[in-house]
Amino acid sequence: MLIYRSLIGILTLLLVSILVFAATQTLPGNAASAVLLNTATPQRLHALEVQLGLNKPAVQQYWTWLTGILHGNFGKSLANGTSVGTLIGGRILNSLVLVVLAGAIGTLIGVGLGVLAAARRDSVFDHVLSVTALAVTALPEFVVAVVLIIFFAAVVWHLFPAVSVFVPGTAPWSNPKELVLPVATLVIVVVPYVFRMMRASMIDALESDYVQMARLKGVPKWRVLLVHALPNAIAPTIQVIGLSFLYLAGGVVVVEYMFNYPGLGQALVSAVSDRDIPVIQFIVLVLAAFYIVVNILTDVISLAASPRRRLPRS
Amino acid sequence: MTAPSGDIPVTAAQDTPVTAAEDTSRITGTPRLAVENLRILMTPRRGRPDADVIDEISFTVQPGHVLGLVGESGSGKTTVALALLGLFKRGLKLGGGKVLVDGQDILALPEHDLQKLRGRTIAYVPQDPGSALNPVLKVGTQLREVFTIHGGDPDRLTDVLAEAGLEDPAPILAAYPHQLSGGQQQRVALAMAFACRPRLIVLDEPTTGLDVTTQRRVLDTVRGLCRSYQVAAVYITHDLAVVAEIADHVAVLYAGRLIEMGQARELFATPAHPYTRGLMRAVPVLEGTYELHGMAGSPPRPGSRPAGCFFQPRCEFAVAQCEQRQPELITVSETGHVARCVRAVEIKALSGRVTLASQRPAPPAEEPVLTISGVSVSYTNKPVLHDVNLVVGARQSVAIVGTSGSGKTTLARCVVGLHKDWSGTITFAGQDLPAGVRNRTQDQLRRIQFVSQNPYSSLNPRQTVGQIVGHPLAHFRKLSGADHRQRIADALTSVALRESFAARYPDELSGGERQRVALARALVLDPDLLVCDEVTSALDVSVQAAIVELLLRLQAERGLALLFITHNLPLVRSIADDVTVISAGEVCERGPVTQVLSAPSHAYTRQLLADVPAFEHG
Amino acid sequence: MATRFLPHRPEAFAVLGRAVRTPRGAIGLVIAGCVVLAAAIGPAVAPYSSTEFVTTPFARPSSIAWLGGDVLGRDVLSRTLDGGWELLLMAAAATALGVAAGAALGVIAAYAGGWWDSVIMRAVDVILAFPQLVFALLLVSILGPKIWLIVLAVAISHAPQVARVTRAAALDISERDFVKAMQILGIPGRRIIRRDVLPNLSSVLMVEIGLRLTYSMLVIAGLSFLGFGLQPPAASWGLMINENRVGLIANPWGVLMPAILIALFTIGVNTFTDAVARASLGVGRRSTEPDPLVDLAVEGATI
Repeated sequence: MLIYRSLIGILTLLLVSILVFAATQTLPGNAASAVLLNTATPQRLHALEVQLGLNKPAVQQYWTWLTGILHGNFGKSLANGTSVGTLIGGRILNSLVLVVLAGAIGTLIGVGLGVLAAARRDSVFDHVLSVTALAVTALPEFVVAVVLIIFFAAVVWHLFPAVSVFVPGTAPWSNPKELVLPVATLVIVVVPYVFRMMRASMIDALESDYVQMARLKGVPKWRVLLVHALPNAIAPTIQVIGLSFLYLAGGVVVVEYMFNYPGLGQALVSAVSDRDIPVIQFIVLVLAAFYIVVNILTDVISLAASPRRRLPRS
Repeated sequence: MTAPSGDIPVTAAQDTPVTAAEDTSRITGTPRLAVENLRILMTPRRGRPDADVIDEISFTVQPGHVLGLVGESGSGKTTVALALLGLFKRGLKLGGGKVLVDGQDILALPEHDLQKLRGRTIAYVPQDPGSALNPVLKVGTQLREVFTIHGGDPDRLTDVLAEAGLEDPAPILAAYPHQLSGGQQQRVALAMAFACRPRLIVLDEPTTGLDVTTQRRVLDTVRGLCRSYQVAAVYITHDLAVVAEIADHVAVLYAGRLIEMGQARELFATPAHPYTRGLMRAVPVLEGTYELHGMAGSPPRPGSRPAGCFFQPRCEFAVAQCEQRQPELITVSETGHVARCVRAVEIKALSGRVTLASQRPAPPAEEPVLTISGVSVSYTNKPVLHDVNLVVGARQSVAIVGTSGSGKTTLARCVVGLHKDWSGTITFAGQDLPAGVRNRTQDQLRRIQFVSQNPYSSLNPRQTVGQIVGHPLAHFRKLSGADHRQRIADALTSVALRESFAARYPDELSGGERQRVALARALVLDPDLLVCDEVTSALDVSVQAAIVELLLRLQAERGLALLFITHNLPLVRSIADDVTVISAGEVCERGPVTQVLSAPSHAYTRQLLADVPAFEHG
Repeated sequence: MATRFLPHRPEAFAVLGRAVRTPRGAIGLVIAGCVVLAAAIGPAVAPYSSTEFVTTPFARPSSIAWLGGDVLGRDVLSRTLDGGWELLLMAAAATALGVAAGAALGVIAAYAGGWWDSVIMRAVDVILAFPQLVFALLLVSILGPKIWLIVLAVAISHAPQVARVTRAAALDISERDFVKAMQILGIPGRRIIRRDVLPNLSSVLMVEIGLRLTYSMLVIAGLSFLGFGLQPPAASWGLMINENRVGLIANPWGVLMPAILIALFTIGVNTFTDAVARASLGVGRRSTEPDPLVDLAVEGATI
């Protein structure tokens, strides 16, 4: 089953690569004109096209590109000529740290709050949390970031830097203060989502027949909550947790830009401004691969958590 | 009073039945369970006054005895069941009364103490064991839990399962609930309930959804365990036949009130309340062909209960004073038979509750409407139906009987065209019927109609009744507006619904009313054959009787042929001329109802008949 | 005797009406409505034009400029009033397109089943492998930050999510007995979809529209923030937040005001959608469902 999913994953990745390639290479305004912009004369255009291999048939170009990638060669950045791998490679770790930290912390907080709110359903605590979650979930990341900056970095207090100054290549954790606000922003974005799902599935579990049966057996309250209800409620929540990691992959773009954090997101924005096609292709592929891995992990863990799907009737 | 019964040690030594010396309640005469004036209310919402769900509930149960609590949907029986364990669902609260177990009022206990009693002193057997067992915990874990919480000896696990009829415990303990069959799940539930030798056990419709054979085995187990360990039991059900089998005493609930109570045999032989009498006339019986009579109307819901007798609007015995005041419980015999009716004594003395049905007409000499020959169906190597043969004559009812998984629904789907991968021949009105709806003629489609089991999903919730019934009509016949509406009105009247129903939406209707709408939709095209797939299985017994009455009347009026699929053998007696018994896709036996049911020739049929709970009409 | 089968008002309106009467629904509608109103009449009531220099850069609020000056000394209030309507229009257009396309795909996949279903769902999965923002960025990088392109990109990224949700809902409905009852009569598939399946999807679609509108706004404002929406010197809320970040300490209003307006709009729409989701449950189902939006969110693979 795992093998099947991996194969589907690879197939999807291939399809994505085709899509990316087609989008960037074959739409009007190809790479060459994008690079040359206003300075494009027909001769210079043609020369650059030959240099970039753009005059060969599309399928052949794709093949060259694909085999190059499989050898680790992602081309050269159009902006400054260095290999894309060396230029951007280090940033993968930086972005990954943000995503994993924010995802893990957000999940823990979301799950914890969700269980508490469900256990105290309809109390003031629950109502306040639910309404807040509904509101926060609707906020864009840059608004959350702005609010955090105003409060903690710029206007009200000056606890954390508003902008990262560390150089790409150094480990992100060497400067924890710079991680705080970006991670906090992402955590705030993720928590309401996980919270609401956890609360909803926990409430469903607490209202189920099997929880009622456990109570009727005399099972103490804490055990009903943690041993009977929670393991059932966690299964649908796992899917949501996976989805929030995926959402974070997109959310880092805005957050990195806002905090000038040297990650993939920031690189993507610059690359789009510069029409730096190879860089864009690389980043998009990395993102797609991340998506697929997270999807597979989510499915596997979700399966592990539901015996009903794992084991057929004997 | 003696110490609460929770002190009884639950060890291996307790395997012997409780001796008289230990069972103080029997000596002193204190009932094991005494419910006094129990009242439960719905928690009031904005602007709405308190509405009681149940009230004035009082009964007692002695150790070793079984009280059958009978009621249809809306009677409040599950509310009573849960209250016996001190549990109230969301939205309900206690309004007064006591529940005394061995003299101790459990409703007065704090939650912590109540929790210690549950599972140990008072046990519960749920209706649907499939959903009452936690799907992510192994069966063994859930069973062991009862011991660890209440301080029992976990080594008794296998003994407890054996007592409940599960001889090979190891695979059961290691399995997850969904891997067990319905019968096995219910036995696990029984094992959990009896594990700590409770003093009182509450069974909430534990055999609903189980096939008749499994039900038989579960009932036997329950009875055996109760007798051995002198457990008092409250058995809640809507199935009168089951109650008759297992209960010593019976209490009948209607709209949240106890309306009759007494010894089981006496109550069923001579009921003293018009509702009970009505129920008796609605229950199909295997032993003879009786007419089934439904009761018009439905019970009042909480909040809309009248000031006088609740049953009065539907009662054929009502007199003027019934509308004014709720009657008290009147004693009608020295054995403790009571009924809440001013005319109770009179009614008890009545006889002729049930009428023998008139002889069903002999099958006509015409060509049969439907002939099924050699039909077989298989889903990827698994045979579902094999070489099925069946004949339905014009104006005849043929019942197909089988348990779930026998293939009977698949057969119905082949006949109506929902399922097209079958081999064999089906002839309708002399012509070969093509498989699948797409290949059939308009005429064939119109003359075969189908009504399914679930009244809650067979109607489009976004359309009015008029639109639902009119939809097929509009498809087959282009009528003028006035004619169209007239046909719809006629269809509704023929199923005993007022014309004003046409403007209502399905979610405003009860289960019985929805089934009538589904019937009207099927009948508006004036078909020759009506295929009914378990159309009454989801309905209360009195509603079922009303629908059966309706079907028989329609059959007589319109010359309709009926193919009636069910798992309920006694019902077959009341509705069918011929019966076909199916098991695992093969026809076991076929023939006239009177013959097959009184003198079955196939072993399976004999087994089925033996497993049906016996119910004697006096 | 002439019974008239007047149906209720179309189901969708009944649900909306119920939603508006709840506190959440009313509050959400009012908040979002205020923002829309401000954006719509803003340009007409702004004291200055959005490109006029009226004060020093990042000047504090004063009688000349009630919210102070922005990065170039333009009036923050005027630019805020001017900067909303394009965003809202783009968001509305992207939502309408995305939901229409997605719903059509979802219903077709559900009803046609088989091969078509697999193909459509594979395509959906491929597009879902991109974060919405990144997908839009990808297209922008090739063709430039054109308005129509952004709208199209966002619409395309909505479609798969809407398709998944409608497909699930349509499948659920077509399994129900009343659809089978129609099939038995030989009524063709198209009519069944139109008369029986679609009306039942109305509540699901309404909630989807609400959710997608919120996300359209977030993505488009995000793009504008990153510099890929309307180009300077145009006034656009997202762009303003980016431009004025530098002077946050001097005059936060240049950032706060557009941020507040975006937030109010999305919160208002989200709250109202929640009310609609709860109201639509009232038709025949238990209204004690803990959080109806969550189920849809998971199905559609978005937050």
